[in-house]
Amino acid sequence: MTRRQKRMLVRIAISAALLIACVLAPLHGIWRLLAFLVPYVWIGWDVLWKAARNIAHGQVFDENFLMALATVGALATEEYSEAVFVMLFYQVGELFQSYAVGRSRQSISKLLEIRPDYANLEKGADLEKVDPEKVQIGDVIVIKPGERVPLDGVVLEGRSSLDTMALTGESLPRTVEEGDDVVSGCVNQSGLLRVRVTRLFGESTVAKILDLVENAGSKKARAENFITKFSRVYTPLVVIAAILLAVVPPLFTGNWSEWKRALIFLVVSCPCALVISVPLSFFGGIGGASRDGILVKGGSYLETLARAEIVVFDKTGTLTKGVFNVTAIHPDKISEAELLELAAYAENYSDHPISHSIQQAYDRPIDVARVGEVEEVAGRGVRAVIDGKVVCVGNSRFMDELGVQWHPCHHIGTTVHVEVDGLYAGHLVISDELKPDAKEAIFGLKALGIQKTVMLTGDMRAVGEKVGRDLGLDEVHAELLPADKVDQVEQLLQKKSPGGALVFVGDGINDAPVLSRADVGVAMGGMGSDAAIEAADVVFMDDKPSKLSDAIRIARKTRSIVRQNVAFALCIKLLVMLLGAVGMANMWEAVFADVGVSVLAILNAMRALQAPRK
Amino acid sequence: MKKTYKLQGLDCANCARKMEDGIRKIEGVDEVQVNFLTQKLSLSASDALFEGILEKAIKVCRRVDPDCELLR
Repeated sequence: MTRRQKRMLVRIAISAALLIACVLAPLHGIWRLLAFLVPYVWIGWDVLWKAARNIAHGQVFDENFLMALATVGALATEEYSEAVFVMLFYQVGELFQSYAVGRSRQSISKLLEIRPDYANLEKGADLEKVDPEKVQIGDVIVIKPGERVPLDGVVLEGRSSLDTMALTGESLPRTVEEGDDVVSGCVNQSGLLRVRVTRLFGESTVAKILDLVENAGSKKARAENFITKFSRVYTPLVVIAAILLAVVPPLFTGNWSEWKRALIFLVVSCPCALVISVPLSFFGGIGGASRDGILVKGGSYLETLARAEIVVFDKTGTLTKGVFNVTAIHPDKISEAELLELAAYAENYSDHPISHSIQQAYDRPIDVARVGEVEEVAGRGVRAVIDGKVVCVGNSRFMDELGVQWHPCHHIGTTVHVEVDGLYAGHLVISDELKPDAKEAIFGLKALGIQKTVMLTGDMRAVGEKVGRDLGLDEVHAELLPADKVDQVEQLLQKKSPGGALVFVGDGINDAPVLSRADVGVAMGGMGSDAAIEAADVVFMDDKPSKLSDAIRIARKTRSIVRQNVAFALCIKLLVMLLGAVGMANMWEAVFADVGVSVLAILNAMRALQAPRK
Repeated sequence: MKKTYKLQGLDCANCARKMEDGIRKIEGVDEVQVNFLTQKLSLSASDALFEGILEKAIKVCRRVDPDCELLR
């Protein structure tokens, strides 16, 4: 509790005691009024003052004015104890509300605690503690055990395990050593690390995440926009209704004593419960998701995610690891080792993932002197001169064009053929592995009632279909170029029901157009891949496709909390107004419908912070 | 230019909404967001007019809730 809140608590206690004294005191007439004015002014002076001041500023329908009007009205009708009590109850409600909001602010800012305070910058032989924003690219920083990694960089020296919990929700620490990348926001657990900074603080992972979470509010959900519009008309409407209630019935009945029923309308006319609790629920949902390593860029995406009906996955890097391994070597006439060596030498200069996996399988230094002229044939392969022989390495199309007789392979995967001086030498099979949680991911979506799961891939049909069968996907579309993927998504968008949403999950590298075309684009962020963070609406900090069902579960929970709050607040207010109009509700109930409902709605909204149980 | 300011003492969600509506009406404001939860105002407007617009925005905030102070 802040000091201001504690002072308020004391004020409330004193005025409650004074109120009881006034009720018990045997006073009559003007003395009774004067006695009640003491606790009334004691508890309500600031409300009255603000009301007067805000009218001077042209803010007519504000809460303070309405409360002042309602209680002064009660005093005028000689309902002294009611006037004091209403003011008291209002202040108690406000206190609760400010306490609840303070608590939720705290729990949200706890989520944002990944911001590093300083960096230990190396200056000659000394270390200097500096603001991370002052560190330049190329500077060397030292991270001691227990400290937070302040900037993204590469480890120059040292070995340690990093706690990535705050970024990924992953409890298993990650081991890093010389040459590995470290990502800002992680906590160094064991060893001392010397790190060369590769990105300025403003562009670092931690700054991006903080920016994303803090600004998530700007992408307002439809429910939020509805509440904003609604509250613009709600207050004036209720006030007009109050005036009509005070004036119209007496015109017919001639009984002017019931006008104070209208005061009840004034008390419930503030839309606070809605205005606070709806954005707070979304904020809680986004915050809770970020604790799980799921970054959602705005309430609107959370809202759409809850309506997910079709989920489209990209294959490579999303459902599969995106790391290719040589899984078979089938030589023709030469030995396995010779075939692998030829392929490794020919592909030496290529930056293609397939080339990397061949190098990895070969795992010996390349004697560059043996390689002569090298030519890359786009979409086909490589032609290289090795030991004076012309070696062509590439796909079946390349072989067809060279006019070489090649053998198809029964292994499923990418086949790389090798041809030496016009003769077929054999082939290598390279395949990708499924992520360990890929199956669980699809199963989880089915369990959530997702109608259709689809996989799009640029890979060969046989490869795509095998993955589809293994995982239990509903549809597989293979051999697609990036532009075809957009077409496929367009077609799927046509098939979904009007209320449903299409979610696309990709690794964010080649699928930016698809990510933006889908209702919600989800990128497997990987740690620190800013391309993905920028292109997508939702980013998973660790590359687990199974996070999608968690995200949908959080989204649905948030949605139901929002619905509960809107329905609850409106129903209670409406009920009190109806009862008030026929003279069955009193002012106390009206104050409950105002501040009490706000407090309950805030407490309910805070549930969104907790991740739902599976 | 986009700048973010802390709004100290912003303790009424409806006020935050009113401030946002009010500031949006100021001429030259491209985008404005008053975040009740983080108690922050983010304002984007053209560089040349920014100071003037900020002054007007402060006035709007003060009119809605005089207890709320913009820290710059």
